Amino acid sequence: MTHNQNRSTIIRIAIVFFALILISKLFYLQVISDKYAEKAASLSIRAVIEFPDRGLITDRNNEIIVFNEDAHDLVVHFPFNKKEFDLDEFCRLVRFSKNEVEERLANARSSRYNGKGLFIKNLSATEFARIQEGLFQFPQFSIESRSDRKYKHNIAAHTLGYVAEISRRELERDKKEYYDIGENIGKSGLERHYEELLRGVKGKKYYLKDNTGKLKERYENGKNDTKAAVGKQLMTSLDVLIQEYGEKLMAGKTGSVVAIEPSTGEILAMVTSPGYKPDMFAIKNLGKNYSKLASDPEKPLLNRATSSVYPPGSTFKVAMALIALQEEVITPNTRFSCSNGFHLGGLTVRCHSHASMPNVQYSIQTSCNAFYCNAYREILHQDKFKTIEEGYNNWRGYLVRMGLGSTLGTDISSEKPGNVPNAAYFHRIHGENKWNYARIISMSIGQGELLLSPMQMANMSAMVANRGYYYTPHFIRGENIPNDFTEKHETGIDAKHFTTVIDGMRAVMTNGTGAYVQIPGIEICGKTGTAQNPHGENHSIFIAFAPKDNPKIAIATVVENAGYGATWAAPICTLMIEKYINRDSVSQRPALENKMFTSAITDKTKHE
Amino acid sequence: MSEKIYGQSRVDGITLLLYFVLVIFGFLAIYSSSHGTEQFHLDFSTQYGKQIIWIAVSVVVGAALFLIDVRFFEVFSYAFFGFWMLLLFLVIFFGVEVNGARSWFAIGSFRLQPAEFAKFGVALALSRYVSDIDTDMKSLRYQLITAAIIMTPIALIVLQGDAGSGLVFFSFILVLYREGLSGNVLILGIAAVIIAVLTFNFGFVVLVAALVILAGIITAFIYTNTSMLKWVWILALTCIGYSKGVDFAFNHLLQEHQQKRILVMLGLLDDPQGLGYNVNQSKIAIGSGGFWGKGYLQGTQTKGDFVPEQHTDFIFTSIGEEFGWVGSTVVIVVFVLLFMRISMLAERQRSKFSRVYAYCVLSVLFFHFLINIAMTINLAPVIGIPLPFFSYGGSSLISFTALLFLLLRLDANRENELDSYY
Repeated sequence: MTHNQNRSTIIRIAIVFFALILISKLFYLQVISDKYAEKAASLSIRAVIEFPDRGLITDRNNEIIVFNEDAHDLVVHFPFNKKEFDLDEFCRLVRFSKNEVEERLANARSSRYNGKGLFIKNLSATEFARIQEGLFQFPQFSIESRSDRKYKHNIAAHTLGYVAEISRRELERDKKEYYDIGENIGKSGLERHYEELLRGVKGKKYYLKDNTGKLKERYENGKNDTKAAVGKQLMTSLDVLIQEYGEKLMAGKTGSVVAIEPSTGEILAMVTSPGYKPDMFAIKNLGKNYSKLASDPEKPLLNRATSSVYPPGSTFKVAMALIALQEEVITPNTRFSCSNGFHLGGLTVRCHSHASMPNVQYSIQTSCNAFYCNAYREILHQDKFKTIEEGYNNWRGYLVRMGLGSTLGTDISSEKPGNVPNAAYFHRIHGENKWNYARIISMSIGQGELLLSPMQMANMSAMVANRGYYYTPHFIRGENIPNDFTEKHETGIDAKHFTTVIDGMRAVMTNGTGAYVQIPGIEICGKTGTAQNPHGENHSIFIAFAPKDNPKIAIATVVENAGYGATWAAPICTLMIEKYINRDSVSQRPALENKMFTSAITDKTKHE
Repeated sequence: MSEKIYGQSRVDGITLLLYFVLVIFGFLAIYSSSHGTEQFHLDFSTQYGKQIIWIAVSVVVGAALFLIDVRFFEVFSYAFFGFWMLLLFLVIFFGVEVNGARSWFAIGSFRLQPAEFAKFGVALALSRYVSDIDTDMKSLRYQLITAAIIMTPIALIVLQGDAGSGLVFFSFILVLYREGLSGNVLILGIAAVIIAVLTFNFGFVVLVAALVILAGIITAFIYTNTSMLKWVWILALTCIGYSKGVDFAFNHLLQEHQQKRILVMLGLLDDPQGLGYNVNQSKIAIGSGGFWGKGYLQGTQTKGDFVPEQHTDFIFTSIGEEFGWVGSTVVIVVFVLLFMRISMLAERQRSKFSRVYAYCVLSVLFFHFLINIAMTINLAPVIGIPLPFFSYGGSSLISFTALLFLLLRLDANRENELDSYY
């Protein structure tokens, strides 16, 4: 029988062999592959989300601007078990036809994320009450509550930004996997920049569910649950008073106003016009307003204060004067001749009528072009420079240190850099070092290739107010300000040169181009600008700060296609300053104020 | 267990111990899958409560076997066989339909599945016949009678519409192998399975083309050896004929749900919502158990009733989820120890009847064990057969217990046997 006993051995080996196959396959399923654990969790565990209130946003005086109200969504959880689902009863509850329910289920399924799909967004109060009452019969559905934004002061839309449902792309970029479909996220402005601070941390309670989707006991007795943390309040540097006032002043005009507290870099107001009210982008209104505003030819969504760039025009002479003084190519007493302009061969830069042979202070007061054409030559063609490139780069370095021609790095993301070309640009046009000051002379009076955003102009004004340095303009205020905003940016221009230039800016207001808008009792220093615009009427520009000593506010205004700086931008700037310094008292210039409130500037050429 | 002496030998304690380990492990799994709470309380309306009754009945039945004369089963083995075949036949007409198969008798709330007990009858009849002094396994007549003993219940069970339970009886081939059936038969069987799988995978036409080309290539190499050539072509034609048979059987004899089942198992059809649903849920439950398992009564899939038929055919998922790979391996190892022990008991029998019977027990238990666990992890098609000593249900537990305990009874009596049957 040895033959057959061998067979018993073969049988035993076969048994062990098959058992090893089972054990190996189990090892693969249970230990090596982790997809089954994930699938099991998605089938049997449901996280019930507790949404914290989003942080409030206040102005610099703790006045609330943005707060919350509740909004409710009906969501459906997948996988969806149709066997347990009473369609007729559900149709009665949500008051949809069967087709509509099927369609919404299909949509929710195709757009589901983490097993959850949106069935009805933003239930009305009556829908919420009715559906909540009957929902216990449909364990695969649940109501999730979120909050929507409300505005106590319906202002500063571009600064505040808005909150809306997270997009698929944002979900994919969310590497920490914090967000779920249907949840809200700050989309622009401060709501986006300070999203993590404002949103808080949502809480999760994990429940077991059965194969019908019914919730059972807490998963692992709540061991993995997380507590919700309320969003932090964001204090901004905005001053509701002048922000609101600025929006009224700019009504009917195209352009922007930026006001900065020079000693801190805090932005007091940022107005852009035409604009929109922030509550138009509250979640419940967003759908009906967004596409309308986005396709509006007036471009109300564009933040002109940071995203539009203009030639600074004569306001740039302030920077030019400072550079010339620092380079010691002029002294406060240096005079250049001006015979109704600057003449060099066939080249003429025209000038307004004023007494000839101005010094630097008088050149600012009267906005003399010829003075700066001459000063530019002196700055660029000093003996110490071997090439025009060296001279040009030296000049350009001052502008870069003043924060011109590159993004400043504020805490809203819509900044455009503007343009201060580098030497290579002119090498390309004119040939390597085959150019001189005459070729680029229009930049000396803030024209030509030079382009700055209103924010950069306001920042330049703040730099002058500070006598030589600035802080990156920003909106966050209070404690825990990022270091970027407390770091002093030095321009390398000595404080003594500012005395001369500021005296010139003061003279603008007392005897010069801005005399018409001076305010008794406030020592404003300003500079007008009228930027030539190849597409239409000139842009009206004004920069200013006040008071002269210990300045509290620095400001820049651009009114597009409005003509002279003194006519529109200067009144608006000075009214803003008056409001900020005198607070609630009535303007001393009611007629001017009223004119600004009510005038609309429409210029057809700008749309061409 | 206390030592009971029958004649000069006694009940094999090791087998008994392994049996109780498996039954207790099985009860724990049923308790978990039928929503047992951490505070045990006895409730006979629950599945685990009923299972306690079935365990008690099984032990009583098993013990009762020791009261019956050991010669009884051998003498009446054909009668047993006849009795269960009759029931298998009658159930086709008088049974109640469950899940598309008419394989249960229902008397009041009591239900009985004769297919479970028929294994017992076949085991006895086969043991008797194969051990008969006159049986010569090499003669065609005896081979046909042996085949008839195995094929009769299969035919009857297939007629009930429960092909899965019928497959179990093929496991008796293992017994025949031990008793001298040519190993070529097993190789032939395996080759048959491979050709069938290839037919499903590539279709009959492609298979024919492949075989003809293969035979053609071989012909080109050995065209001088005409006698070998003849055999090559006979073999090829046989394969083609067989493949056609499989093709025909698949398309015309099997019902649609059986066809689908085969295709899903072979990975030719993906169907996580329908037929593959059970297996998918089963794999998720087992796979999510990890190395150590989620802990007893902590299985999320078990608690949430995600695996259909979990307490019966898919009871292993509860082990896999809550006790992890370690627990699953322990269960498999205990089963393997039991099989080794049974094979040892078989080889120490002096009576051929007892030895053949022991191999019958081994074959039936091993087949159930292998196919049941394999189907929960998608290594075998889902055929509704229980995991011995684990799955909920009286019919299967009582019949497996009786099957095993009769072996213990025979083994305990082995010293009294003469070697006359050798």
